[in-house]
Amino acid sequence: MGMTMTQKILAAHAGLDKVVAGQLINAKLDIVLGNDITTPVAVNEFKKAEFGSVFDKDRVVIVLDHFVPNKDIKAAEQSKTCREFACSHCVSHFYDVGKMGIEHALLPEQGIVTAGDCIIGADSHTCTYGALGAFSTGVGSTDMAAGMATGMAWFKVPSAIKFNLSGELPSNCSGKDVILTIIGMIGVDGALYKSMEFVGDGVHSLSMDDRLCICNMAIEAGAKNGIFPVDDVTVEYMKGRCEREPVIFEADADAEYEKVIDVDLSAIVPTVACPHLPENTHPASELHDVKVDQVVIGSCTNGRMEDMEAAYNILKGKKVADGVRCIIIPGTMQILRECVERGWYTAFIDAGAVVSTPTCGPCLGGYMGILAAGERCIATTNRNFVGRMGHVDSEVYLASPHTAAASALTGYITEYKE
Amino acid sequence: MNTQGKVVKYLDNVDTDVIIPARYLNTPNAKELALHCMEDIDADFVKNVHAGDVMVAGWNFGCGSSREHAPLVIKTCGTGCVIAKSFARIFYRNAINIGLPILECEEAAEEIAAQDEVKVDFDTGEIFDLTTGKTYRAQPFPPFIQSIIKSGGLLASLKEGTRNE
Repeated sequence: MGMTMTQKILAAHAGLDKVVAGQLINAKLDIVLGNDITTPVAVNEFKKAEFGSVFDKDRVVIVLDHFVPNKDIKAAEQSKTCREFACSHCVSHFYDVGKMGIEHALLPEQGIVTAGDCIIGADSHTCTYGALGAFSTGVGSTDMAAGMATGMAWFKVPSAIKFNLSGELPSNCSGKDVILTIIGMIGVDGALYKSMEFVGDGVHSLSMDDRLCICNMAIEAGAKNGIFPVDDVTVEYMKGRCEREPVIFEADADAEYEKVIDVDLSAIVPTVACPHLPENTHPASELHDVKVDQVVIGSCTNGRMEDMEAAYNILKGKKVADGVRCIIIPGTMQILRECVERGWYTAFIDAGAVVSTPTCGPCLGGYMGILAAGERCIATTNRNFVGRMGHVDSEVYLASPHTAAASALTGYITEYKE
Repeated sequence: MNTQGKVVKYLDNVDTDVIIPARYLNTPNAKELALHCMEDIDADFVKNVHAGDVMVAGWNFGCGSSREHAPLVIKTCGTGCVIAKSFARIFYRNAINIGLPILECEEAAEEIAAQDEVKVDFDTGEIFDLTTGKTYRAQPFPPFIQSIIKSGGLLASLKEGTRNE
């Protein structure tokens, strides 16, 4: 029996010819990532364990993104801990305010991650980089500390679900609608401990931004990782961008999958996950009576250039509905700059939206758009748990940038139609 | 390794945002964070929990964020063990890494009631419901994981490994 793409990457990083699902392995890491919330805990552990130095100053990445520019004094202390640690260990990939972006938008953009990598990050959405054909998974701060010290991590080799994609997405849909539809099908633990391997003729029609968004939310189905094969779209994206040579892995023809699920992309409709679980999905068209107080367009799921473009195309020359706060958060400084250069920033302001510097901010109820009791937000973020964006009696509806922007104009959840 | 205490019971998909809301994550201090453990779904949890108590829940416990603060606050509150039908994978890994005993046991998680007095033998995976007299057996951890837990967590086990080399 052959290996899945994920298993092949893990075998190569464990120095083994073959691995099987369920096997415990020790694998070499290409990148170890942390942010301003998880790194301080890792730094404490790193110091307690009396590790002398990081395994490779160029392979540790620390991004301040959750609560920066610092939301309060305590957040400032956490940033300071990260800054001092990065400085004392000469961490080359340290991203502070002015340089930072939301980590999972930033790392691919800056070419820090590449195909064939084995990556851990102390952030659950680290699974995003599977879009480049890497094995990438979220861990906690202790794993981050151990990874920074040793350059190694233990893994249980996952089994896999194969998603066979066919057809092409309708023009009012994007990767977000694909992954919400899939989570709606299999549930929030539908891929628990497993890889989600996306293959098939439909892959080619998906942009890198679509693929990054799809892999980003693999964790919302409980998956260990999501992964796409490397094709000419990936190669084109990586060209001149990645710091290290990509290594291309392919699943064996006789690889074993626990399940194969067919997804016809042409049948996808604009989809919304209602409170309080990402699996609670409904077509946007059925939710037209749901009034919203706030719209958030951004996050590690949907803060990329195509997301900004979707928002621009829908909001330009129009006005955000009275009584709606529309908050747009470009994912990185490069994306923010591009929005300024193209005149989109002005168009957003003219439409009555606000534009923030990159931050995770409202997605996890940090700051920059917290909800009061009884308020409702449609957001392009990734979680709609109880209290996720503020008061326990507030509600978050998850949607694509198209649906979120269209809803900003009407004040109700609205399916975008061209 | 044993624990004995009263059961507090929760449903499926208890997520890390309700275990410890992100609005408090501007500090890594476990004691300070523990004051807010479970507060968004159970405001009385912190008030009522005693050392050794057992948390019992349904499927996919600890889903969501990778925050290690989640198992850490449950442990810091004094909880002796979490029994669930299943755990989300990052929470599972984090619990092992920080030394919070957890057991997967569908039958126990289904049948044990809130307020029952329960004793757990973490080494053997045996769960005794002293209120009903029923015994359950959870899947024990593989030896690889047991050695991490016995060392007191991942970092302690790495240090031991270095000493043995």
